[in-house]
Amino acid sequence: MSDTTTAGGAMAQAAGLFRSCPTTGLKVHKDADALIKANAVAATVALLVGGIAAILVLLTRWQAVHLLSDEGFYRWLTIHGMNMLIFFIIFFEMAVLYFASAVLLNSRVATPKIGWLAFALMVIGALMVEWTMFTGRADVLFTSYVPLRAHPLFYLGVIVFAVGAILVTAIFFATLVIAKREKTYTGSVPLVTFGGLTAAIIAAITLGHGAAIYIPTFLWSLDMMNVDPQVYRLVWWGLGHSSQQINVAAMVAIWYLLGALTVGAVVVNEKISRTAFVLYIFFISMASAHHLLVDPGFGPSWKIVNTSYFMYMAVLASMLHGFTVPAGVEMGMRLRGYTQGIFGWLRRAPWSDPGFSSLVLSVVVFGFVGGITGVTFGTEQINIVAHNTLRIPGHFHSTVVSGTAMAFMGVTYYVIPLIFRKKVAFYPLARIQPYVFAGGMLLFSLTMTFAGTFGVPRRHYDITFAGAAFSVEYSPAVNLMLALMAIGGLIAITGGAMYILVTVWSVFLGKPLGDDPSEAALAGTVPPGVYKRPFAELPTDEPELEEHGVLGMMPGTMILVMIFMMAFVVYYFANWKLLSAMWQIG
Amino acid sequence: MYTTGVTPPQGVWWKPAHRSEKIWFTIAFVWCMILFAMMPLWHLRGGQNPTGIRAKVEPREYLARVQQFIADYGTGESEGGVPVVAPPPGAEVYLLAAQFQWTPVLELEQGAEYTLHLSSLDVNHGFNLYPFNVNFQVVPGYDYGLRVTPTEAGDYRIVCNEFCGVGHHIMVGKVLVRPSSASAEADPTPTPGTATVGGGS
Repeated sequence: MSDTTTAGGAMAQAAGLFRSCPTTGLKVHKDADALIKANAVAATVALLVGGIAAILVLLTRWQAVHLLSDEGFYRWLTIHGMNMLIFFIIFFEMAVLYFASAVLLNSRVATPKIGWLAFALMVIGALMVEWTMFTGRADVLFTSYVPLRAHPLFYLGVIVFAVGAILVTAIFFATLVIAKREKTYTGSVPLVTFGGLTAAIIAAITLGHGAAIYIPTFLWSLDMMNVDPQVYRLVWWGLGHSSQQINVAAMVAIWYLLGALTVGAVVVNEKISRTAFVLYIFFISMASAHHLLVDPGFGPSWKIVNTSYFMYMAVLASMLHGFTVPAGVEMGMRLRGYTQGIFGWLRRAPWSDPGFSSLVLSVVVFGFVGGITGVTFGTEQINIVAHNTLRIPGHFHSTVVSGTAMAFMGVTYYVIPLIFRKKVAFYPLARIQPYVFAGGMLLFSLTMTFAGTFGVPRRHYDITFAGAAFSVEYSPAVNLMLALMAIGGLIAITGGAMYILVTVWSVFLGKPLGDDPSEAALAGTVPPGVYKRPFAELPTDEPELEEHGVLGMMPGTMILVMIFMMAFVVYYFANWKLLSAMWQIG
Repeated sequence: MYTTGVTPPQGVWWKPAHRSEKIWFTIAFVWCMILFAMMPLWHLRGGQNPTGIRAKVEPREYLARVQQFIADYGTGESEGGVPVVAPPPGAEVYLLAAQFQWTPVLELEQGAEYTLHLSSLDVNHGFNLYPFNVNFQVVPGYDYGLRVTPTEAGDYRIVCNEFCGVGHHIMVGKVLVRPSSASAEADPTPTPGTATVGGGS
């Protein structure tokens, strides 16, 4: 990846702080290694807990099975949300931050002891939250809207966890400073690190919101102060949605990483990609306002300014990445000789490499399903026909699960050999895992969204409304949708279980990678990018690529993004049409 | 020299974009401006906007308004243990959300405009009108007064779609919309589900 050996790096290596990676030639700081491992393991444990909760919640919403009791359903739904959206994702992102700073920049980690302190705080905080949830002291769901009341340790646990996470972002910034000062690299930081930097900055903003809301709420839970329910919703979403933007920034950084590792994807233009990341930093926090579009506390100009002017600049950023990532893959493939026709590069791409298939599935499902539905539902008036229906979880399962979690899973198949120095156990299983997971999630989110267009509420135990004062009967199509949703969900959970089996087995029981980085020694046990290193096959000069008329040098990508734009336009205006048939409201 | 996402670019990387990138940037930017324009446009031309009259209100004070509303326009009947209220067109309508009930049952007239006030006595609730229609957040301490015109007659339900406690899923209210005076002789109580307009996209 980098051949920059410098004084600082060499000194550190001489002191025995680094090991040299025989596969990539990277020098890896041992503390970075260990911190990445610890955070990745904690993330996987949270994924396992959240996954078990997912099965129980899913089998309850499948109305024909209706597994749990009402109390059990809301409890396990809380457990599912906290473990997936907070613990799994943020532990994994901590590992990404160590990787994007220390590993990619050949640097030592700033203050590894504080790194361990941060990890301990995060584990303790998570355990406090888990205890309150599992003992029924926090049946308040992920959002814990005041004045629903949980045990004080629930709020305190989140605060302790967040303090740990904010320490890791500080270590990330400090590591960048150290790498710069010790000249462990020349030029500018790589794009993936820049994306990690974006994620870290958004994380700092997000965790600031977290402190601003959880500290007063903790005091409120001790009856020491009041918290206004509308102010809670406003500030809480500064945490709740912004944390999903950490995911987006980290996910896009991983898209660029997986592109480089699997097919030698190039950065078509550093300026465009980096500017797009900066747009996230400037505009994404205000986009949290789209959770409050049908709230009583805010006027139309506040809603429009925050969700259109600001949010659409972040949407623009995602659309830019949605172009530059596949364009980089296409150019990388073409530069390596796959120049046939418009889509030859795509046909001959390494579809059995789980890193590559994860990348493609993550980009496609995130963009086509998650992105389009998200922007549409986040429109001030269209939100009237989407708010708190199943359309909303349908949307965010296709962003945060099929998008972010899928990308995280894909990169794990490279982290196992490159960081853990292990072969990937059950490699044939790993090869099909992305298809199982993303395919299941796609069926799940589409049918969930569709059930939402019949008005089915989210976070609801029983849509037969047994025991209610008035009967409600949904169209029979709803039962079909919920059954298909359950099947899709079970397929996805199978994919998740395959991931956990492969990663846990590889890390704890797997065969060591060995010191021979050749294809003969590694084929069939690790993703091919590990031994083929496609980014090293790129030509060093800048050969001219063939122009395809108006489609330019990346004709395949140009066609793909045009299909995306057409789908976007159709779905968006179909929703205005749907809205126009509703009651008149003003 | 080409860089990948994992190589540090050397020298100045602030270079002109490729033509394809410029084309896509332009299309995406124009689309964002259309997205932006649609919201103010719908305020001017569209019939569904979540603006309303917004004010703070003490839950006890709001409860008193609801009780006064029931006293003023109540029909004296009750359904499912909830009083039925038939306000005249143009009236201020007060609907109360509380764990785990919507009070009162409303009888409205098709095509007439009402100011529908929503608030909660305890925690957050969600106003979800069924068959598939409009949704609003109901926040304790806030009075959300929406000018509402029921465009279709029918027997509607109000489903709570914000988690409000373990009884959340039995929290169902009722709104009956009678056909406008012109067609008042028609059957005023179509069965639930017949007025479904959802499931479109």
